[in-house]
Amino acid sequence: MAGISIKVNGRSVSAYPGTSVLEAARKIGIEIPTLCHHPELAPTGYCGVCVVEDLGSGRLITACDTPADHGMDISTDSPRVTEARRRILSLILSDHPETCVICEKGNACRLRELSSNLGLAFTSAQRLGHLRGVVDANPFIHRDLSKCIGCQLCVRACREIQGAEAVEFTWTGLKGRPLVTGDQEMSGSACELCGLCVSLCPVGALIEKPTAHTGVEEQSVSVICPYCGVGCTLSVRVRDNEVIGVQAGVPGSVNGPSLCVKGRYGLGYVQHGERLTKPLVREGDELVEASWDEALDKVAEGFKKTMKTHGTDSVGILASAKATNEENYLLQKFARAVIGTNNVDHCARL
Amino acid sequence: MTNSLEDLARADVILLTGTNTIENHPVIAQMIKTAVLSGGTKLIVVDPRDISMARYAAVYLRPRPGTDVAWLNGMARLILAEGLADEKFIESRTEDFEELKRAVDAYTPELVQKITGIPHADLKKAARLYASAPSAAIYYAMGITQHTTGTDNVKAVANLAMLTGNIGRQGTGVNPLRGQNNVQGACDMGALPNVFPGYQPVSDDGARRKFEKAWGVKLPGEPGLTVLEMMNAAARGDIRAMYIVGENPVLTDPDSSHVVEALEKLDLLIVQDIFLTETAKLADVVLPGVASVEKEGTFTNTERLVQRSRKAVEPPGETRSDMDIVIDLSNRIGYKQSYSGPDKVMEEMASLTPSYAGISFGRLARGGIRWPCPDKKHRGTRILHAKEFTRGKGRFHPVEYIEPAELPDREYPFILTTGRMLYHYHTGSMTRRSRALAEYISDGWAEINPRDAKRLGIREGAPIRLSSRRGSVETKAKLSARSPEGVVFMSFHFAEQAVNRLTNPAMDKDGKIPEFKISAVKIDPVSST
Ligand code: SF4
Ligand code: SF4
Repeated sequence: MAGISIKVNGRSVSAYPGTSVLEAARKIGIEIPTLCHHPELAPTGYCGVCVVEDLGSGRLITACDTPADHGMDISTDSPRVTEARRRILSLILSDHPETCVICEKGNACRLRELSSNLGLAFTSAQRLGHLRGVVDANPFIHRDLSKCIGCQLCVRACREIQGAEAVEFTWTGLKGRPLVTGDQEMSGSACELCGLCVSLCPVGALIEKPTAHTGVEEQSVSVICPYCGVGCTLSVRVRDNEVIGVQAGVPGSVNGPSLCVKGRYGLGYVQHGERLTKPLVREGDELVEASWDEALDKVAEGFKKTMKTHGTDSVGILASAKATNEENYLLQKFARAVIGTNNVDHCARL
Repeated sequence: MTNSLEDLARADVILLTGTNTIENHPVIAQMIKTAVLSGGTKLIVVDPRDISMARYAAVYLRPRPGTDVAWLNGMARLILAEGLADEKFIESRTEDFEELKRAVDAYTPELVQKITGIPHADLKKAARLYASAPSAAIYYAMGITQHTTGTDNVKAVANLAMLTGNIGRQGTGVNPLRGQNNVQGACDMGALPNVFPGYQPVSDDGARRKFEKAWGVKLPGEPGLTVLEMMNAAARGDIRAMYIVGENPVLTDPDSSHVVEALEKLDLLIVQDIFLTETAKLADVVLPGVASVEKEGTFTNTERLVQRSRKAVEPPGETRSDMDIVIDLSNRIGYKQSYSGPDKVMEEMASLTPSYAGISFGRLARGGIRWPCPDKKHRGTRILHAKEFTRGKGRFHPVEYIEPAELPDREYPFILTTGRMLYHYHTGSMTRRSRALAEYISDGWAEINPRDAKRLGIREGAPIRLSSRRGSVETKAKLSARSPEGVVFMSFHFAEQAVNRLTNPAMDKDGKIPEFKISAVKIDPVSST
């Protein structure tokens, strides 16, 4: 296929036809700021933040949805570009509440990042009244629509990635806001509470409730989801030896940016107060705490006695569809080699 | 799965049956939904319940529960009658085609309509859509297998795929969706009564000798008992000691009171888990294990993809990993073994298991691998049966429709069918202890068709009692046309309304899977005092 060559900030780059100016620039390491862009979603140019100038024609264009064309001479930071970008951001800021100090999004806010990169402050924008409110309808997602910047990432992601089509954008202009189908509470709609929209919201309009106010992670660790057989990778956020949240998007994972409600919000059990922490041994009607030595000796003696008096096939072992491969291997080896029985199964059928 | 999730979206047509995918395999549902919405894939949904996935379907068939062989055979007959079978594939890759032809011949659209309730025209639409697609894939789950005819159902599904040559290529295949994160791996590892790791039969002398040599002991060659057989044997006093790791049969097995009785009869019950489950409460010794985020190891997902899972946090208190406990226990019983880590366990397993031979922790650190992976250079297998079947030629297995074991009658006029919901999982031991999920849905319900409810004088949210020949539970009614008339649906996540007190332990004679999808029950309003 014939390549298309263009210039970006004076440097040449060639790209396949159909490649956007944004992607072409990225190929040579030039980052154009974006707000409503996501690599897995069709580009829209809604927010306008990715504005660049074609020096040849003098046109200002949005880089995410404009295909590279022969002979383009793009500047990503000409005075006109910077001015336009500042104007666009000021407009968004003028309608954004100044609650940054207590906003859960914190430093992860794209709007804050872009504004400060361009030296914009809230106070420079003329304030507008907020016409949208807070929706707090379920234990997973908090929606503060006064912070919504209208980028429609949530609407697009729900349709194009999640396939649920649970959110649509209604009204126009300053009243515009994402609604969940038919403006019902999220729980009454087609929403599957997968949390994808929340994970893509560039500002604090959509916030995960289960992990709110847990702070920033010290590290993220890739864990295979403990629930169903899809095998999604959870990027588990850890701080002070506690799971403080889960993210998707681990490269090479089965699930890409997606997870379901259980994978994303269902690891709370790990820290639950009812976790067993000591072996228990039955004394009459009660189970009482015991040392490992006591408990394991009791088990070993019990097995030996049963095997001796009733034969090895009087023992049955249930391995686990939740345990690792290595543990299941050891459990069936335990049944066959240690006890001497093939009475080993697990709940594959249940 | 014969195919991998990567090629799911390449299917021109996907036939989903017996899988409420949006609730049970949400991220696979997400892949299917987007494939449909992008216009590339057409969907056929076959399910007695009008599940959310039906909204995405080009054709939705609603058979009566337990009539799968009938509509599958009916579809095969239509495909043959319309000349849509893949003759080249049948000729070169399969055998016993004539027998299939004979067997499905009786399943005329009229008969199928009578048995299943599926209108003739709809069945035809589905048959045409599936058979004329360049590539069509079938995905199914427990709605196909949890029947006394489960094995027959699976055979009928496979017949359909072979008949149309939809095997061994991208976007095709017969793809069972596995329910738990490592149910595939547990099977692969030989946590089954009849096979060693990699499905090597314990009755095979060669296989047994290999394992005897590696493990240094004599091994029994007679297949052992399955879960439900163990429970029955325990009730009879033939099984005296049980060691249950990370499972909760009191809630998951059919006919719970029978299970409790059996477990109480044991001389020794050892339960290893992270919570004091309903089963653990009956134990003589309870051993505290660790959660999966607290250990290193590998899991194998529904598409045979072996992946590494890392330790994210330190386990609490004195808990120990299953691996650690089992090794310690072996040594105490007198079988000495030690491993420096799970990687060494995998090394031993791989050396004895041809389909995992090329897989190691080191390789998995760079990404998952789908078995079979016979050597260290092999990159894994995305599509099974590409050139030939495991046994050479694929055999058609003609099957006949047989009624479920327990049909509704005058006393128990409803069919009870069980499954999961999106927000909870299995016995709820994990999801009900995860705050947001537990808060969102704190208890269960029985889903009843509004017309049935009206007849019985039951209102939305009203307390009701469901009873079968085996027991009864109280729950509340949720009126929804998702369930067809005559059918009630309950999930098994809630111990306080344990639906398995009602279910029928009758099982498939080959697969030994209980018929969770069909038991006869009656419904009574409970007067609130
Ligand atoms: S949580 Fe998921 S399903 Fe619900 S609106 Fe967001 S993306 Fe859509
Ligand atoms: S995140 Fe959801 S879909 Fe993915 S493995 Fe976990 S339970 Fe299954």
